[in-house]
Parts: sequence; structure tokens; C-alpha cells
Amino acid sequence: MADATLTRGRLTGARGARGTGGRRRSVRSAENLAGWLFVAPALVIIGLFVLLPILMALWVSITAWNGQGSPFTGSVEVVGLENYTRLFTEEGLARQDFMTSLRNNAYYVLVVVPLQTALALGLAMVVNARLLKGKTFFRTAFYFPSVTSSVAISVVFLFIFANSGVVNGLLAMFGVQGPMWFSDSRGVLHLLLDGIGLADIDDPPAMLTESGPFGLSWWEWLSGPSVAMCSIIVLNVWTTSGTFMLMFLAALQNVPVSLEEAAMLDGANRWQRFRNVTLPALRSTMFLVLTLGVIGTWQVFDQIYVMSQGNPAKTTLTPAYLSYRTAFRDFDYGSGAAISFVLFLIIVVLTLGQRLLLRERGGRS
Amino acid sequence: MTGAHVRAVRKGQARTIAGSFAGYAVLVFFSLVFLYPFVIQVANSFKTEPDAAANPISPIPSPVTLDGYEKIFQATDLPTWLGNSILVTVLVTVGRIFFDSLAGYALARLRFRGRGAVFATVIAVLAVPGVVLLIPKFLVLNQFGIYNSYTALIVPLLADAAGVFIMKQFFESIPVSVEEAARIDGAGTFRIFWSVVLPMARPALITLTILSFQGSWNELPHTLVAVQDPELFTLPRGVAELVTGSLGSGTQYPLKLGAALLATIPVAIIFVIFQRYFIRGANEGVDKG
Repeated sequence: MADATLTRGRLTGARGARGTGGRRRSVRSAENLAGWLFVAPALVIIGLFVLLPILMALWVSITAWNGQGSPFTGSVEVVGLENYTRLFTEEGLARQDFMTSLRNNAYYVLVVVPLQTALALGLAMVVNARLLKGKTFFRTAFYFPSVTSSVAISVVFLFIFANSGVVNGLLAMFGVQGPMWFSDSRGVLHLLLDGIGLADIDDPPAMLTESGPFGLSWWEWLSGPSVAMCSIIVLNVWTTSGTFMLMFLAALQNVPVSLEEAAMLDGANRWQRFRNVTLPALRSTMFLVLTLGVIGTWQVFDQIYVMSQGNPAKTTLTPAYLSYRTAFRDFDYGSGAAISFVLFLIIVVLTLGQRLLLRERGGRS
Repeated sequence: MTGAHVRAVRKGQARTIAGSFAGYAVLVFFSLVFLYPFVIQVANSFKTEPDAAANPISPIPSPVTLDGYEKIFQATDLPTWLGNSILVTVLVTVGRIFFDSLAGYALARLRFRGRGAVFATVIAVLAVPGVVLLIPKFLVLNQFGIYNSYTALIVPLLADAAGVFIMKQFFESIPVSVEEAARIDGAGTFRIFWSVVLPMARPALITLTILSFQGSWNELPHTLVAVQDPELFTLPRGVAELVTGSLGSGTQYPLKLGAALLATIPVAIIFVIFQRYFIRGANEGVDKG
């Protein structure tokens, strides 16, 4: 913004030196016209296909439009906020599905974001090591999955996680019998509780199954990501780490070498150098990566569409996919649009929350 | 330098060498993790179905067969999808280069009433998550009566806020003096933009080209709400329907992997050639945030 003001100042200065007031006015109106002509095509496209649609969808989200005819005529039933309240306060399938999708996506975010951030940072630090040759190759190798088509990658991972596929083949080499990934709806937290003997997965404790908030029992809330979701988690960590690695790499290259050498001479060990020199220097990039990570993971859609369609037992259902399914498979466009807007709100709130956190942290140090 | 310092540095060097061996081990391991799935993809697309099912990990098909590919070209609409993908990608990329840089230039350099508001709109749109636009986009395409047409597939993507933002940032970074000289010579605004500014913007234009190419070539969600006729599918949409079984093809992994590979190859080629621009593109995200 400061840049823009400066440029503007220079331009005005140049024009001011040029001559009479009348001429200046005509130049300015010509520039006014040129400005609008220049932005017009982009503005029209963005207006017609982003802004207008959002307004239309806001309207549709308070109707019961089923896809027949136009939703903008008097014949469409207006239901007010019912499409929204049904998601939160009314007992029924709509709320159950929506809450299930929120649960699934929340676990997904909680696992993917830390994993992809840690992997990206780790790879960036190894690639950035000074004595290393072949940096370009490794950087390319790690980044390549990020640029390829999500559909194509999903196909590959369907094959890799198939029942007699690559992953189960590798597991078999270690004598482990792998699960049937895409038809296994058991939650890993449930499996863990079962494994350490705290709960029986086939006969969960009654105090957890009898009640719970928002239409799901406590036991259902505590499922963790399902085994099927785990394969999608692996896929996403694998595809996104490369991009974030590049961001960390760019930031690492700005950390002065002398700083690290000084710490080394002071006898700081590897961990201390990482904790007290590298990490603080990466703080803003770290927050950026976390923010982009959260925004991205709440939008997971392509992979679900190709790999699982929300199955098995709705354990890979996410709000984005649920909104699509509700509108285009169940022809309940109002509910679908309402789910989209709730998801929008979730993403906005989380982003703003992280911004706030960043500002607070920034202010303190 | 004191003795203690020399010792510390020597010790540091010894450690760095050991560390770089460990570093290589880690890098090679992760290179395998990141690249071997592609090896598996290529290898299995040339396998017979029983071979792919029995030896999924093996990088060598035995026997090598083109069955999968023959089926792709004979039994699916993939050639049509490929044509559509090329058409969409070319038009969208050309459109974005032109419209995004026009708008970016105006926002960076031209003084017009409402400029602040236009820029604020661009930033606001930038913050709208893509997947929440699925139903909204369908509504507008449906209302305009262009749902299920090439128009629906292409026109909404012809300009994007991110591209406008990238171009604006770039134009602000180049010196204004050349344009002033051209202006004094009497060149009009569009002339200045077209023959003075755009040629200088080559690096940003390449970045934008690559982002648009990659984005529109890989795009799935937009096609879901824009078209439903298999004749209008792009490659990702076609492959997605092939895999989810809505076109009824059963397991047939060699075929599916081959189709996915054909969707991957163009981006892979562009990536290898224009690597550094991809990397710059990825880091544009840093400015955006």
C-alpha cells in the first residue's frame, strides 16, 4: 500500500509539471475512463461468477428450491432460516450428517496440518543444509506431487491403498496384515482405546453412547479419523508438504548464516539452535503455513469425490462434499447452500482467529 | 581465534559431515516416498490386470502390454476429454494473461475514481474459499441458461482475483520512468500498456501462465457444476467419473492409472521445463497471505 501511494505521488508530480489546469482535467478524465476500461473485463467476470452467485446462493439458502425451474420466481417456497437451524438444533438426518462431516473434517485438520507442517519444515531444513549437493533435484522431487492433478493422484492412491495394493504389500513384508482401507469405517481413536483396554469397540461404554451434543453420542464424537480417512490424510500430507517446504525454504534462506554460527560457537546444540535461532526466524512463515493449511484442509473435496464419496459409513464425509451431495444428489439446494455458508463462516472465523493469535504473539516478543 | 573456538569449529565441521550423510539418507528416503508412487503409476499402466493385482509394487511390468491404453482410446471418451481440456486450458490461460494484467496494470498505475473499491473487491474475492462457490456458480450458470455448455466451462474462469493481484504487485515493482517517457512521446494508455509495459512484465506473465495452465488443466470442482454431458468433460472430470464408476468400468487399474497418467504428463513436462517459475508461483502465496 505504501508503494502505491508513492507511485501515485510521483505520477501526479509528473503530470502537475506538465501544464495548464484544463489539460490536466482532460488527462485525468481520460485516465479515469482508461482505468475503468482496463478493469472492466476482469471485474465483470468476477462480479458475474463470484459476487452475484454468492448473493444468489444466500437467497437460495433460505428457500426449499429443488432444482426445478428458476429459484428466483414467486413459486419457490421460502423457508427462512430453517435450512440453517436444521443443521444445529433440529434432531434428524440433516443435523446428524452435518455434525458427522464436521467431526470428520475436524479430525482431518487436526492430523493433516501438524503433519504437513512438520514434514515441510523438516524437508526444508535438510534441503537447506549448506554442504549438500543436488539440492535442486530434491527440491523438485518433493514439490512435484503438489503440481499434479488431484484427480490423477487420487487414482494412484486408490491403487496404492487397495486391499492387495502397495501399502498392504509393504505391511505384509513386516508380517502385518493391512486393513481394507476404503471399506474400514473404524475410528483410529476407538481402535486405540480398544487396544489399550479402555473401551471395547464392539461394545462401547453405555455412558458414552447414551448421550452427546448435537445429535451425535460422545462415543461417536471421540472416534478419531476412520481408517479410510487415514489414507486420504496420507495422500494430502504427501501432496501439500512440497508447497509448504518451498515457503519454509525461502524463509530459511533469509536466516543469516552468521546467526547460526554464533550460536554454534556459543556451544548451543542442534536442538537449541533450532529452538532458539531457526524457529523464531521462521515465525511469520510458520503462521502463514498453518493458516493456509487450515484453510486448505477445511476445503478438502476433490480427493473425497474421487476416492470415497463420503463412504464408508459416512466417515469421510466433509462439509464441502456434503454440501455438494445435498444439492446435486439429493436436490436440496437450499440445505446445500446453507452448509456452504456455514463452512465459509468456519473458515473465516478460523483464519481471523489465527491472525489475532499472530498479532498477539507478535506484540509480546 | 582462541584454541577453544578452533576446537569448537572443528568439532562443528566433523558433525556437519556426519550430518550431511544423515541428511542424504533422509533425502533419498523421502525422494522415494514422493516419486515412487509415480513409478508405480507408470509401471502398472503397462501391466495386465492380473499382474497389476498380484505385483502392484514391482516397477517392471511382465509382460509389458498396451491393453490398458488401447481400452482407454477405444472404450472411453478420453480423446474427447483431452481435446476439451486443451481447449479450456488454452482459452482460460490466454484470457487470464490478458484480463488479469489489464486489471493489474490499472490498479497499479492508473488513477480512476473507485480504484480503492475495486482493489478491495479483488482482495475480498481472494479470501473466498473455492469450494463454497460450487452451488453459487451452478445457480448463476443455470439462471443464465448456459449450464452444460463450453461457455459455462470456460467463461467463468477467464479472469481470477489471484492473477490480478499478482500482476498488480509486479507492475508496482517496475520503475514508472519508462512509461512516463512513452507518455511524453504521446503514446496512449493502451499503447503504453501493450508495447512498453507488457514486454517488461515477462517474468510475471510466465508465472501467471503457469499458474493458469496448471490450475485450469487440473480443475475438477468447476466442471462438476458447469457441465454434465460426457461430451463436455475435461480430462480430470472424465477420469474422476471413470474411477467413481459412474461410467461403469469396474476395477481395471491399468486403464485407470494410464488415464490418470495422461492427465499428469502435460503438467509434468511444463513443470520440468519451467521449474523456477513454478517455485516462484508457489511463493506468490507468501505475499498473498
